[in-house]
Amino acid sequence: AFFWLLSLLAASLLWFVSVQLSGREDAALLLLGAAAAVLLQELCRFACFKLLKKADEGLATLSEDGRSPISPRQMAYVSGLSFGIISGVFSIVNILADSTGPGTVGIHGDSPYYFITSAFLTMALVLLHTFWGIIFFDACERRHAGGLGLVVGGHLLTSGLTFLNPWYEASLGPIFILTLCTGLWAFSTAGGSFRNVLKCLSCKQEPKGRVMLYSALQVPPEE
Amino acid sequence: MITFMNNSDSEEEPCNERTSLMSAESPPVPSYQDGLQASEAGEAQAHRKRRAGSSRGPNNIAGGEMSGSGVPVRESTLENEEEELTLKYGAKHVIMLFVPVTLCMIVVVATIKSVRFYTEKNGQLIYTPFSEDTPSVGQRLLNSVLNTIIMISVIIVMTVFLVLLYKYRCYKFIHGWLILSSLMLLFLFTYIYLGEVLKTYNVAMDYPTLFIVIWNFGAVGMICIHWKGPLQLQQAYLIMISALMALVFIKYLPEWSAWVILGAISIYDLMAVLCPKGPLRMLVETAQERNEPIFPALIYSSAMMWTVGMAKPDTAARGTSQQTWDAAEDGREHLRSPSHAESQMSETRSPVPTRPITSLEDLEEEERGVKLGLGDFIFYSVLVGKAAATASGDWNTTLACFVAILIGLCLTLLLLAVFKKALPALPISITFGLIFYFSTDNLVRPFMDTLASHQLYI
Repeated sequence: AFFWLLSLLAASLLWFVSVQLSGREDAALLLLGAAAAVLLQELCRFACFKLLKKADEGLATLSEDGRSPISPRQMAYVSGLSFGIISGVFSIVNILADSTGPGTVGIHGDSPYYFITSAFLTMALVLLHTFWGIIFFDACERRHAGGLGLVVGGHLLTSGLTFLNPWYEASLGPIFILTLCTGLWAFSTAGGSFRNVLKCLSCKQEPKGRVMLYSALQVPPEE
Repeated sequence: MITFMNNSDSEEEPCNERTSLMSAESPPVPSYQDGLQASEAGEAQAHRKRRAGSSRGPNNIAGGEMSGSGVPVRESTLENEEEELTLKYGAKHVIMLFVPVTLCMIVVVATIKSVRFYTEKNGQLIYTPFSEDTPSVGQRLLNSVLNTIIMISVIIVMTVFLVLLYKYRCYKFIHGWLILSSLMLLFLFTYIYLGEVLKTYNVAMDYPTLFIVIWNFGAVGMICIHWKGPLQLQQAYLIMISALMALVFIKYLPEWSAWVILGAISIYDLMAVLCPKGPLRMLVETAQERNEPIFPALIYSSAMMWTVGMAKPDTAARGTSQQTWDAAEDGREHLRSPSHAESQMSETRSPVPTRPITSLEDLEEEERGVKLGLGDFIFYSVLVGKAAATASGDWNTTLACFVAILIGLCLTLLLLAVFKKALPALPISITFGLIFYFSTDNLVRPFMDTLASHQLYI
C-alpha cells in the first residue's frame, strides 16, 4: 500500500507540474497523467517485489531449515491485494462519502448510474490488481519478460478503457472480460488447474501415504 | 519512545555460554518511558503526558532454554536462533501495535467527522498564546513558530522536572501527579465528550444517569490503569484516554501551530532519546541503574505482565525476583489477580524442574508483549485527526496519513529489533505522516478529483 501511495504521489506531482507549466487543464494532459500513473504503479510494484525478495532471503537465512516462512506465492498475493485495496479505497471512498450526502445523481446531464458503475469498476480494479500482482511476481521470479509486458499492457488497457466512461457498454464489458481472463491466467500461474478445483470441490481426503511433520507438536511430558 | 527491554531478572541466570551474548545486549531494563505531564484545555491544572514507549524483547527465551552443557560451538546457533526469534516476534509485535494505534485513530477520526464540537474554534490553550487570525502569511507563520517554541519549552521544562523528581526519588509526588492528571482525563474530558456526542445525535440524558455512567467509567478506569485489572480493559482505557487527549489537542491547537508543533515534537523526541544528555535518556539510564520500571501507568502494554517467576527455573532466585518486582509494580496490571498468580506459579513450579524448556517457552511466549508510550498514540492520532479535520473534507488524505504512520511504526520496530536499545517512536512516523499529508492534500487531491469527475481509473 505504501508503495502504491508513493507511485500515486509521483504521478500527481508529474501531472501537477505539467498542468502548471502548460497553464491549462485538458484531456490530453489527463491522459498523459493517467498513463504516467499506470507506469509508475508498475514500477513501484517492481520495487516492492525487489524489497520483498530481499526480506524473504533474510528471513530464509535466519530460519531453522533454510526456507522462509512465507511462500513467494503468498507474498505475491498479499502484495497484489494490498495494491488493489489501496487503489480501490482511494477511488471509491470519496464517492461513498458523497453518496451519503444530499444530492441527485446526474442532475447536470451525467449518467445516473455513476455510483453503481463506480462500484463495479472499483471491484474489477481491486481484483485486477490482485491478479496482476501474482502474475507480475511470478514473471519476475522466472524472468519472463512477456508476462511483465502483458501485465503493464493490461493495466494500460484497463485505464484506457475507463476513458470511455459514460459509454458503459464499451468500458465495463471489456474490463470485466479482461478481469476474468487475467484471473484465469493468475490461477494457472499460481499452480491451479481444473483438476485442483474439482478436487477441492469434492472435498476428498488426501491419501494416507504422506509424511507428517511432527516438529510443530510438542514433546509430550513424561508420565 | 520505543525501547527494547530485557527481563532484568533473567539476566542473573547462570548461563555460562551466553555471557558473551549478554554483554552485547542492552543492559537489563524492565520498562521505561519519559513522563511529561500534559496541559489541560485552559483549566487550572496543566498536565500533559508526554510518554515514551518501550517494547520488550524476546531475548530471554534462548537464555532460559540452554541450561545444560555450555558448549561454545552452540553460541553461533544460539545467536541465530535469537535473531530469528527476534525477527519473528518482531513481526508479531508489529501487528500487536497496529491494532491499538488503528483503534485510537479510528475513534479520533470518527469523532472528528461526526461531532462538530471538535472542529469549532473556541479559543486556544494558554500554551499557544499567539493567535493565527492575522491578515498576513508571514505574521501567521511567525505566530505559529512562537507558539511552537513556547509549547516545546513547556514540554522540556516538564520533562526535566520529572527526571529530577525521579532522580531524587520523589515517587509519591510523581504518583500523585499522575493520578491527578488521569483523574481529570477520565472524568472531566469524558463528561465533555459524552455531552458533545449526545448533543450531536440529539439524545436526551438526565443528570442522574449521566452521573452514574461517568462515575462508573472513571472509577473502573482509575483502578484499571493505576492498579490491577483485566488486560484488555486496561488497553481499552488507555486507548480511550489517548483519543480524548488527542481530541483536545486537535480542538485547541490552531492549524499552522499544530503542524509545526508536530514537526518540532518529533525532532525533540529524537534528540531527547538519543543524545547522551537528553532528559529521556537520563531517565532511562536512571531506571536501568535502579533496575525498576518507570511509571507503569503511562505505557500501553499489549501482553500480560507475567514478569514474576517468568524466567527462572530455580525457586530460590524466583523468590528474590518476586520481591523486587512486587515493590516496583504497583501500577502494573496482571492478567490474573496476584492472589491467583501465586497459586498459578506454584502449579507451574512443579512441572518446571522436569520440563524447564517447554514450560519456560510457553510462559515466555505469553509474556513477550510490546509496549508503546501513550504520547506516541496521542501524537499519531493528532496527525490523523488534523488531516481528517482540515483536509477539505477529503478521505484520501486521512487514509494516506494513516498508511504513512503505520509504515513509520513498522520501520521503527524494525530498527528496534536491529539496535536493541531505546528508540524514539515519533520521528519516522510523523515525518512520513507530514510528508504524505501535505503532498496528498496539495498534489494528489486535485489529480484524483479530476480523474473521479470523469470516472477515470488508474
